[in-house]
Amino acid sequence: MTIEKTPVADFATDFDHTDPAWVADPYPIWEDLRQRCPVAHTERYGGAWFPATHAGVTQIAKDTENFTSRTVIMNDGRPDELALPSPIGVAPPITSDPPFHQIARKLILPAFSPGAINPLEPQVRALCRSLLDRLEGRDVVEASWDYARLIPPSVIRQMLGFPEADTDVFIDVVHTITESVDLPEDERIAAFEPIEEYFVAQIEDHQANPRDDLTTFLLNAEIDGQKLAVEHVFGTMILILVAGIDTTWSAVGSSLWHLAQNPSDLERLVSEPDLMPVAVEEFLRFYAPVTMARLVKHDMEYLGVPMKEYDWILLGFPAANRDPAAFADADRFVIDRAENRHVAFGLGIHRCAGSNLARLELRVALEEFIARYPRFTLADPDQVTWSQGQIRGPRRLPIRVG
Amino acid sequence: MRVVIDGDLCQGQGRCFSIAPSVFGFDELGNGVVLASGELSEGELELARLAEANCPEHAVGVVE
Repeated sequence: MTIEKTPVADFATDFDHTDPAWVADPYPIWEDLRQRCPVAHTERYGGAWFPATHAGVTQIAKDTENFTSRTVIMNDGRPDELALPSPIGVAPPITSDPPFHQIARKLILPAFSPGAINPLEPQVRALCRSLLDRLEGRDVVEASWDYARLIPPSVIRQMLGFPEADTDVFIDVVHTITESVDLPEDERIAAFEPIEEYFVAQIEDHQANPRDDLTTFLLNAEIDGQKLAVEHVFGTMILILVAGIDTTWSAVGSSLWHLAQNPSDLERLVSEPDLMPVAVEEFLRFYAPVTMARLVKHDMEYLGVPMKEYDWILLGFPAANRDPAAFADADRFVIDRAENRHVAFGLGIHRCAGSNLARLELRVALEEFIARYPRFTLADPDQVTWSQGQIRGPRRLPIRVG
Repeated sequence: MRVVIDGDLCQGQGRCFSIAPSVFGFDELGNGVVLASGELSEGELELARLAEANCPEHAVGVVE
């Protein structure tokens, strides 16, 4: 059940990132906030702040003294000390603060370094081709639901060493977590139960039959000579799923949405395949899918506003990427933008640990789609729908390919 | 001219070694490392400057 919400009157004083106007097209809202605030406030969610500038987002992202990452998805109800998990957080290291953060992060980074991720390219490419094979013969394809959506879960399922037959279960799990922002807490917890059961079964299977995959890697990992607690392994698995599926799905979908409407950009990628890595960075800047959250650690005056302990911060990396103070022609998509210091993967110690994997999937997904369909257009703009919440991307995207 | 990576600022964003793979590499954690030693060619210098301009953490420097 979704809680009924009143429409937003003024995004500067009453913002809501789940408001239909924000979901449909947040960019003009953010530009307006940059000129007026630049830190917006709302009493919703128990009290929250939204810095709309690159400078504000940067300052908070790098400040782990005044802000905690213990919860990174903003949901209803003001958190208090008792309700907060320990400094480890539920999904280390994204929900961890220093000093534990660094320990948990160092543990998983080798599994996501370019050295570990680059060799996956052939299997990602084969996956994309097989998904496109399934669409063969259609004049209109569902580029989000039937293509982009299906790429990340298969890649991550393979990395974790979970059964191929469970790919669909994964997708449901991620939906439950990332798009349950409006669910009351008891419903959110209830939704989590079958997920935990499934993961514990997989962990037990890997304990009994260790193999060369990420699950076994986590089970064997040690901190100070001690194996990780099961909650740590489970939390990190949840993180890998949540952080790696909706996000990359959204980036692939947004990029295809753009190309379907900008034939000159599509033509350039078809005729200049070497441009793809540069184009991928501009897709990431312009359509950055991920907004994070932080909690204020203590009462303070910050960025010129009076923040209170446990106020939420909605940390809009996508908004930072459109700030004209940080980017020339910030609101223009420039496919060969040479200088592009975008912050789609965040900044500072919480830089997206999966960024190398995300880039690989995004690049290969676009390369294969374009190779199969060198010309395509939006079939029906009215049928395109966008996700609600902290991950932004098209969920329905009918594209005419024939 | 030489290139440097500030290890305190680098967070493994991965831009430098993608843009200038002959100048920068990565370590086991995915953080950037400087590969090139000695004088850089004109082409390498140009790519290193581009890497500097693209690092979101401002960790890459091309210095005298």
